[in-house]
Amino acid sequence: MENVGALALLLAFCISLYAIVASVVGRLKRKPFLTLSGERAMLAVWFLVTVASGILVYSLLTGDYRMAYVASHTNRDMPPFYKFAAWWGGQEGSLLFWSFLLSTYGAVVIFTTRRSHRNLLPWVVAILSTIQLFFLTLNAFVVSPFQVLAVDRVVTSVADGMGLNPLLQYWAMVIHPPFLYLGYVGFAVPFAFAIASLIEKAPGDSWIHTTRRWTLVTWLFQSTGVALGSAWAYHVLGWGGYWMWDPVENASILPWFAGTAFLHSVMMQEKKGMMKVWNMVLVSTTFFLCIFGTFLTRSGIVSSVHAFAESPIGKYFVSFLALGIAATIWLILSRLNYLKSEAELESVVSRESSFLFNNLILLASCFAVLWGTLFPVITEKLSNEKISLDAIWFNRLMVPIGLFLLFLTGVGPLFAWRRTSIDSLRKNFQLPGIGTLIVAGALLIGGMRYPYSIISLSLCFFVAATIVMEFFRGSRAISEKMNIGFLPAVVELTHRNTRRYGGYLVHMGIVLMFIGYSGHPFNQTSIGEVDKGSVMQVGAYTLKVMDLTEGDTPNYQWETAILDVSKNGKHIDTLEPTRRFYKAAQQATAIVALRSRLNEDLYINYAARTGDKATLQAYVFPLVDWIWIGVLVLIGGTLVALVPAKVARSYARTEVVGMAKKNVSVEA
Amino acid sequence: MGKYGKFAVLMAIIVGSLLWLATSTVASSKTYYVTIAELHKLGNNAATRRVRVGGDVQKDSIVRGSGTVRFNLVQEAMILPVVYEGRDPLPDTFKDGAQALAGGRLDGAGVFHAQEVQAKCASKYAPKPGEAPDGLQKKMLPAEGSRSAL
Repeated sequence: MENVGALALLLAFCISLYAIVASVVGRLKRKPFLTLSGERAMLAVWFLVTVASGILVYSLLTGDYRMAYVASHTNRDMPPFYKFAAWWGGQEGSLLFWSFLLSTYGAVVIFTTRRSHRNLLPWVVAILSTIQLFFLTLNAFVVSPFQVLAVDRVVTSVADGMGLNPLLQYWAMVIHPPFLYLGYVGFAVPFAFAIASLIEKAPGDSWIHTTRRWTLVTWLFQSTGVALGSAWAYHVLGWGGYWMWDPVENASILPWFAGTAFLHSVMMQEKKGMMKVWNMVLVSTTFFLCIFGTFLTRSGIVSSVHAFAESPIGKYFVSFLALGIAATIWLILSRLNYLKSEAELESVVSRESSFLFNNLILLASCFAVLWGTLFPVITEKLSNEKISLDAIWFNRLMVPIGLFLLFLTGVGPLFAWRRTSIDSLRKNFQLPGIGTLIVAGALLIGGMRYPYSIISLSLCFFVAATIVMEFFRGSRAISEKMNIGFLPAVVELTHRNTRRYGGYLVHMGIVLMFIGYSGHPFNQTSIGEVDKGSVMQVGAYTLKVMDLTEGDTPNYQWETAILDVSKNGKHIDTLEPTRRFYKAAQQATAIVALRSRLNEDLYINYAARTGDKATLQAYVFPLVDWIWIGVLVLIGGTLVALVPAKVARSYARTEVVGMAKKNVSVEA
Repeated sequence: MGKYGKFAVLMAIIVGSLLWLATSTVASSKTYYVTIAELHKLGNNAATRRVRVGGDVQKDSIVRGSGTVRFNLVQEAMILPVVYEGRDPLPDTFKDGAQALAGGRLDGAGVFHAQEVQAKCASKYAPKPGEAPDGLQKKMLPAEGSRSAL
């Protein structure tokens, strides 16, 4: 079985090599059958990698404990759901998972664009196959998932496996890596199209149009993946944090920053033919950051502070990144003529300029996070001292950056292209501006003393107000013109230009998330040992320990503290924080009890038990729910933006908006 | 001033203030990663610097007192006594043999006062290259010829 899997990977490796050669030679010599065979080869690679993955998953599910990967990532009593998830639970399996996703994406690309982009496709196939070749090298030769356990070359099996890390046995953690990987791998496609059009000197922006949806879907996966990781940290790790600037978290946010910048700056190219070089740089940066992210999370260079360069796959990733980046830079430099901008910047107060600053800030945050993450590596190289920067540094830097981005989110979309008149500034910003000052004043008078929270909440109001105004004005114009109700008019407006209004919804999601972040300074904590029958106070809540119980399942033993929660002397809830001790992994973990409300979460972690005493960590986290609500709105907005617009895009951009504004000014 | 001048000034302000933020916070936020051997070599500096030192938790060395936990970190045959004085309960992963990372300061008597402790069962979940996971017998390393068909 495992031999078939290993053989499939080896064959896939060879066929990928063939796909590269056939596509490149076929394109250069203009031999359509050769390029066609390159495409077919890529489909064959998909089949082979799928077979290999199927075999690994089958071995995981049936518990073939002769295999090293199965033995170290599953155990007999684990639910099948987690056994399946062990596919991406360890290094070898997750690299195979990468290959599988990449080959699947490749197959999708061939089916969707095989008729429309005959000249680009060979290059796309060649580039995707090159990336595939790299991952198959790792899979087939360096960290094979199909190694078997053996004593003196006699294949042996163990009685039971070691199980999956119990912290990872949680639904969000099970689907978090696939989402993140779908996002990571997905950026290979826009990158391949961009490079293909560079090689071909393809006229126009066809690579952008072709990959627009693709980029958006990928970005959606990435956003969801990052949010799931954050939600997992909050719900599972037991200290209530959702972001800690841990290197692995940073690895997931880096391509997101670059990808977000890319999503915004392609609009400049589509609309005005500007920033062509920049977009090439951005899409390449995003892609290489995705590879870098995989490297950070998978190579183990960050899991141990003293193992930064010791990982067996580290040098492969570093070489691949170095070669890829060098080739990309060379290609962009040699095609600068082809990437000439068609328009110039005209004014600081314009849509173009707001995009420019959006890009500057996103890239700056990208660079800052990268710098902070690699700081120990850099200082070790320079001064032989390994110095790390903790969350304080990241927050000092990233909080102002985030707030400035939030501000741009409010003003950017309302600036006109080219330049913005004083009149339109007043029309768009007078009301929200005044409202924002009132909110800030009210917060100050209300006794809030955290400057960042005040700024953040006022900016949230500002951005939300500008978005609501946009929807309101456009919908009112449509409802008057078409004689329909206001709500149908909102739907009609959104449907006419889904990208624009979907984008506003995404911005609204970001606003809601910032509302959630603003609650952070008001967190309350209480940690202590409590006897059975005694009480503990956190914020306005009183927790009484009613009972401490315990039990047993095949997979784990558990202990639960039954807590009576009251507020102002009134019983409001019963919470049951639990501890589990997983037998296979010999590892305890906490199942946090959470009472989630829109204004605040009550969060209780049962940390330890000594006799009749429970050690409890109780927290009150204000506004945290808004982060998750914001994420849902962001996902919804992205989905809206993916719906094809009712009106052709170029028309929608100028006419619908123009019409709405004209009507407003007539009434005013 | 031309329009490009305005752009340049704005960008310079933004980038400049970010650089200022980034560099001014480094001093208060930086933590030195050291080995136990390096920690002792630091001498007087060790008392003033925030340090993170890694190692394995020595077997049977954990003594839980009231409010503090004492244990020993072992790294390459060097032993460092640690007193954990932090507020949060120690993580579930903290136990005999776990790989731990203690953040804090060294006192004059050679005892490390930790404010935070991170721990993970590295030996369990991510065997070091070429080393078998704990639960499997040492000699049962994935054999080199085990990709046998190839």
